[in-house]
Amino acid sequence: MSTRLANQGRLIDRSKPIEFTFNGNRMTGYEGDTLASALLANDQMMVGRSFKYHRPRGLVASGAEEPNALVGLGNGDRFEPNQRVTTTELFAGLSAQSQNHWPSLEFDVGAINTHLSRFLPAGFYYKMFMYPKAFWKHVYEPIIRHSAGLGKAPDKELKDADQYEHFYFFADVVVVGGGVAGLQAAKAAAATGAKVLLMEQTNTWGGRAPVDGGTIDGDTPEAWVEKTLAELEAMDNVTLRSRCMGSGVYDHGYVLGYERLTDHTPGAAGPRHRLWRIRAKQIVTATGAIERPLSFAGNDVPGVMLAGAMRDYVANWGVTPGKRVVIATNNDDAYRTAITLHNAGVEVVRVLDARASGGGALMEEVRQLGIRVDPGRAIAKVTGGKRVAKVAVCAQNGEGGAQEDVVADAVAMSGGWSPVVHLWSHCGGKLIWDDAQAHFRPDASRPPLGDDGAGFVVAAGSANGTLDLENTLTDATAAGAAAAKAAGFAKKAVKAPVGSVQAEQPMAPVWLMPAKADIKLRMKTWLDYQNDVKVSDVQLAAREGYESVEHTKRYTTLGMATDQGKLSNINGLAVLADTLGSEIPQVGTTTFRPPYTPISMGAIGGEARGEIFQPIRKTPMHDWHDANGADWEPVGQWRRAYAFVRSSESVEDAVAREVKNTRENLGLLDASTLGKLVVKGPDAGKFLDMMYTNMMSNLKVGKCRYGLMCSENGFLIDDGVVARIDDDTWLCHTTTGGAERIHGHMEEWLQTEWWDWKVYVANVTEQLAQVAVVGPNARKVLEKLNAQAGGGMDVSKEALAFMEWKDGKIGEFDARAYRISFSGELSYEIAVPASQGMAFWQALLEAGKEFGVMPYGTECLHIMRAEKGFIMIGDETDGTVIPQDLGLHWALSKKKEDYLGKRAHLRSHMADPDRWQLVGLETVDGSVIPDGAYAVGEGLNANGQRNVVGRVTSTYHSPTLNKGIAMGLVHNGQKRMGEVIEFPGTDDKTYKAKIVDQVFYDKEGEKQNV
Amino acid sequence: MSDPVSALQGAQFSGIASVEEGGLAGMITLRGDLGSKVMQAAVKEATGADIPATNQVSLSADGGTAWMSPDELLLMVSYTEVEEILAALNKSLAGEHALAVNVSDARAVFRVSGDGARETLAKICPVDLSAEAFVPGQFRRTRMAQVAAAFWLDESGAFTIVCFRSVADYVFNLLSNAAHPQSAVGVY
Repeated sequence: MSTRLANQGRLIDRSKPIEFTFNGNRMTGYEGDTLASALLANDQMMVGRSFKYHRPRGLVASGAEEPNALVGLGNGDRFEPNQRVTTTELFAGLSAQSQNHWPSLEFDVGAINTHLSRFLPAGFYYKMFMYPKAFWKHVYEPIIRHSAGLGKAPDKELKDADQYEHFYFFADVVVVGGGVAGLQAAKAAAATGAKVLLMEQTNTWGGRAPVDGGTIDGDTPEAWVEKTLAELEAMDNVTLRSRCMGSGVYDHGYVLGYERLTDHTPGAAGPRHRLWRIRAKQIVTATGAIERPLSFAGNDVPGVMLAGAMRDYVANWGVTPGKRVVIATNNDDAYRTAITLHNAGVEVVRVLDARASGGGALMEEVRQLGIRVDPGRAIAKVTGGKRVAKVAVCAQNGEGGAQEDVVADAVAMSGGWSPVVHLWSHCGGKLIWDDAQAHFRPDASRPPLGDDGAGFVVAAGSANGTLDLENTLTDATAAGAAAAKAAGFAKKAVKAPVGSVQAEQPMAPVWLMPAKADIKLRMKTWLDYQNDVKVSDVQLAAREGYESVEHTKRYTTLGMATDQGKLSNINGLAVLADTLGSEIPQVGTTTFRPPYTPISMGAIGGEARGEIFQPIRKTPMHDWHDANGADWEPVGQWRRAYAFVRSSESVEDAVAREVKNTRENLGLLDASTLGKLVVKGPDAGKFLDMMYTNMMSNLKVGKCRYGLMCSENGFLIDDGVVARIDDDTWLCHTTTGGAERIHGHMEEWLQTEWWDWKVYVANVTEQLAQVAVVGPNARKVLEKLNAQAGGGMDVSKEALAFMEWKDGKIGEFDARAYRISFSGELSYEIAVPASQGMAFWQALLEAGKEFGVMPYGTECLHIMRAEKGFIMIGDETDGTVIPQDLGLHWALSKKKEDYLGKRAHLRSHMADPDRWQLVGLETVDGSVIPDGAYAVGEGLNANGQRNVVGRVTSTYHSPTLNKGIAMGLVHNGQKRMGEVIEFPGTDDKTYKAKIVDQVFYDKEGEKQNV
Repeated sequence: MSDPVSALQGAQFSGIASVEEGGLAGMITLRGDLGSKVMQAAVKEATGADIPATNQVSLSADGGTAWMSPDELLLMVSYTEVEEILAALNKSLAGEHALAVNVSDARAVFRVSGDGARETLAKICPVDLSAEAFVPGQFRRTRMAQVAAAFWLDESGAFTIVCFRSVADYVFNLLSNAAHPQSAVGVY
């Protein structure tokens, strides 16, 4: 059984017990425990079920590389699935649930899959679910969706209770990893005066060194870490962050740091996670190394653990995974585990050293302790179901025969150490194969390159392949100094501390244990614990022709789980190489991508949630609208009132009321969102003649003109009214969504093509609140305001005619009034300073009472313009429509030599008479054609579908005419007036509509021109 | 004239930094040749300040100038006098190719001050806000979370932020959120 030891445990405080629950069972740990060590202390070795076969799984590792021990953590709005227990600090009240089993962890129906494993080989899904085709959607997918996935998704009705944030930071040198290498690299870099940020993912500094032993400058590693940390803390140019993982390295020295602020004190005020968005001149990756499992049958039985991890559990947290331990290794390091266990009073039954000649000084030390060491021996298989019970021992250099059974309750394994090269590789750093240590390590001659062609990442310590303390400290000192130099700091000699450890014999690569294990054993030999990939699966993939490691990965799912193959990667590709008969470096690794371990969605989203999820632009009258029944619709980032709904009426009723009232009395529209661009300069006229398809240079001061804008490809991109303000100043109105885009469009042409033209553009959209005063009583209300407050602006037909503008006082307001109409009614659009917009709106409402004033929304605006046959950018246009399609030939100047889009309009497809043309559509029975409906013609196309001859672009019920009206683009439309065409709806009805002129209301324009 | 009102009418928040809406401020966007003598004289007359160096503000007793781009300045003047100053400016600039427009009402202004001011901004702006990098007098146009903003730092350690009026609400909430009392980063 796994249990707490009487002594040991440098990180725990036994005077501070902590209560927590696992699957509802109350358990106790100590302050300083991880959830992993606390579970072991409570004899909870089995922590979950595997993904595919639902095999019992226990803790394998002690850190970020742990593949098995994922739990659902917390409850309700703080529930989170797939949390690694090894990186979860224990806190009072912690509540964890194991995953991927039904009905319980102890008894799981899905475990039947393990007996069916012969029928679930690599590529099973691809092979099985191809046929019959219809089964995928209705049978296979629902079953797979039910059985796939590890943890449960949080309740979709709940919102994450926590708060998150980003933080932008800039440093000369960022060091990732707070082990002895990271500390020393930071020290060497900081000595030059460089600004250094050192990040450590756990809450403790020093990494493995305090557990692994040896001395640094004659001190214990622990003492050296403490001293160095104090030195760094005292330096102004050094920032230290623990609980902060260097999660990814990106182009141009961009680094993401994932800081977990309150995961160990849930519910504490302030942000839970902080995502550091860092610009670094240079990056040092001191990310350590990860131990590899050995590939023997039953290496996934709970109780089989990495040797280094077992050492961690004893030394750091005073827990042992078992009382009788067998150790299997191919290197000297695992002997340290034997010593640690022995010193803690745990029986080490045997050390199986796969090397025929065994190890060096450490092996001798172990033998001195009276522990049996068997060189050349191996584990044939581990049996025991939910817990190691028996270890079958055999010769390494055989097929697994002649087994001797050893009773044990835990197994420590070590297949050698692989540098954590992830961050080095994220941005293109290359690796070389180190034959002696059988691992990939960073190739210093091929680092990730910055914009200057020089490297911006330096690997340090065991992350660079220096697995012993002495070389690690030398390497880290050099790495820190090199990074600071590359960041532009003058060299400052820092003496490398002298690390000393026992000399080790070379390791021997062992990719399969025993070396010639038969198929029965290989089918129980796990490579990827989390995705249930076995040696036999990779071998099958190779036999089926998957030679590329990237293809094999996807076919077998090796390394595709949330742990991204931290333990399985090298072992898997070694098996692949062996099966293919090629060398490991030739097979290569799969791509390392950020993040190093999964980071929370909350951290990525940062502050963007709730009311600041995204900016909502508000006009000066927004709050009034909100308080007066506005049914909001988004228009770009603005919110505009779709309609002002009164109690006891529907939105549709409100729209109809607004249309009717505006046509008969007086309507007010908040038009503040329309874009307003001031264009000024000696060349402004020439410039606007290029921007618009029609002529703007000859517009008279005081006059307005409607204009169209095309892109250089000829497509209609915007429209609006242009007013000539003075000799060299024009004011261009754009659509609401077009203000920033058209401003950018103008600037782009001015800055890149016509940089020598004397034109300036300024966007004054938000300076002005603009109100459309519309309806037969529009003039009356303005005249009343003038009469009340002595406004001087003459708004009579004679003084301010249709398509003219004027500055002056309306009531007490400084205003600019435009006689323009998008509704067909008598209409003024009046701009006042934004800070007085609300007051102006209120003054109009007050004065308009006797004239039947009502505010109206965008839907009313749309209907009124459609009744008049006016086009709307975004309805009648969709990026593929040209002015000619809309019958707007009149707005295409023939006098101008050039304008944007002119040349494009000459292309054969643009000039094609077969292009669909805008027409009006009137349903024969008065119904409304569904939005987006297509008109069908004779015959079928190549796919057996009805031929399409047109489509609806705008469709409404017209309250004015009391029938369905629409506009649409129809093949040969202008020549087919009076013809009835059919629009099949998605409601199984077919809508018949007559092609008519698009102007449904007041064709002569008498109403607006009064 | 009706009483003009700013977007948030002086809203305030206090956490690791103090956030307050600054009320109405007179602002003129001026585009033109910043090297021209006529321009320099006109700007001085309008604001009492010189044309600032790149990425700087130049402050005077009753106004100032901020560098927006190689051919654009933001002139800061008294709100109540902005139209007269604009008229005078246009007169001084007659004959120059320049554009001056009143943008006072297109903007909202916030002041962020206190110990956590730098960190508050560093949570939402991709700018090096360390004391070594961002010094008083510096002016920065940047992104504030999802909107455009500009700010400068004065000698008292307070930042003045200028953004569009329509997003005043968003920016105030954003700043208040970033200044959460328990969210000090502890680096500045």
